[in-house]
Amino acid sequence: MVEVTAPLPPAAGPAAAGPIEVPDFEVVPRKGLVLVGVLLGLLVAAIAVNKLWPLEFLHVASGAAWTIIDLFLGLVLGPIMGRMSPPARVEFTTKLMPKMLLIMPTVVTLTLAAGWQLANKLGTVLSSYPNHGWVVASFIVVGVMSVIALGLLEPANIAVLVELKKRRPNPDVIERLMKRFVYSAGILGLMQIATLVIMTKLRTG
Amino acid sequence: MSERRFPPVTELAMLSLALIVAGGIYLSSHIPNHVPLAPAVILLAGSTALLAGNLVALSRVRDFAWDRFFQVAKWSLLGYLVIAGSVEYVFLQNHLKGGPLVVLTLSLVVFAVHVPTLVGFTVARFYEPEPVG
Repeated sequence: MVEVTAPLPPAAGPAAAGPIEVPDFEVVPRKGLVLVGVLLGLLVAAIAVNKLWPLEFLHVASGAAWTIIDLFLGLVLGPIMGRMSPPARVEFTTKLMPKMLLIMPTVVTLTLAAGWQLANKLGTVLSSYPNHGWVVASFIVVGVMSVIALGLLEPANIAVLVELKKRRPNPDVIERLMKRFVYSAGILGLMQIATLVIMTKLRTG
Repeated sequence: MSERRFPPVTELAMLSLALIVAGGIYLSSHIPNHVPLAPAVILLAGSTALLAGNLVALSRVRDFAWDRFFQVAKWSLLGYLVIAGSVEYVFLQNHLKGGPLVVLTLSLVVFAVHVPTLVGFTVARFYEPEPVG
C-alpha cells in the first residue's frame, strides 16, 4: 500500500505531533461501478416492464437506504468523526468517502426514478389523489434535499478526496470541506425525518 | 490556506438548481390537469441565466486551476448525464409530451451541466500546485 504524508492542522493538539499517513485509495472505486451499472440496469428493466413488485422493491429498498444512510451519517457518524484524532479521521475518510461517492447518487436515482414510475402506476401522482397535498410535500422535501446534496455535499465529498490524493494534502482544506460535508449530512438527516413522516402517512392513507 | 476571492459560483448554482426544482414541482403537482407553462418557463429561464452567468464569471477568474477543473468536471458530467438520462427515460415511459416534456428536458440539461461545473469549481478553487521535492 502506497502511503503519503500530510502535515497536521495546527489545532490538532498533542496527539498531532507527527505527519498524517494517508492510505492509498481510489477516488472512484472501479469495482463499485460494476454494481452501479447492474443496479441502473435493473431500474431500466423495472420501469420498462412497469410491474408493481420490482418498482415497489426498488423504490422502498433504495429509499430506505437513502434515509438510513443520511440519518446515520448526519446524526451518528458525523459527530463521531468530528471527535476523532486527525490521523484516524483521515483513514476513515479515505475508506468511507469513495464509497459514498457511488452509493448516494445511485440510491437517490433509484428512489426517485422508481418512485415516480410507481406513483404514475398507482395514481398517487394525480392531483385527484386524496392525499395529494402530502405527495406535493414529499416533492418539496426531496427538492430541498437535492439542492443541498448536489450543491454542498457532493462537491465537498469529491473535493476532499481529490485533496487527499495529493502528495501533501492541505489539512486546512480537508477540515473545511469535511465540516461542510458533515453539516450538510446533518441537515439532510434531519430532513429525512420529514420524509419518514410523509411516506408513512401516504402508506397508511 | 490562501483565501482567494472567487465569484459566488456555489450560491448561484444552488439558486439555479432550486429554480428548476421549483419548476419541476409546479408541473408535476398539477398532473394530469392542463397547467399554464409560463411559470415553469420563467423559472427555467432564470435557472439558465444563472448557469450562463456562472460560466461567464468563472471564465474570468485569473490563475484558475482549469486542468483540475476539467479533469473532475468531465467525469462528473458523464455521471450526471447518466442520472439525467434515467430521469428522462421515466418521463418518456410515462408518455410525457409537448411543452412539459420540453421544459423538463431542458431543466435536466441545466442540471446535468451545472452540477459538474459546481463540482469542478469546488475542487479547483482549493487547488494549489504542489511544491517540488
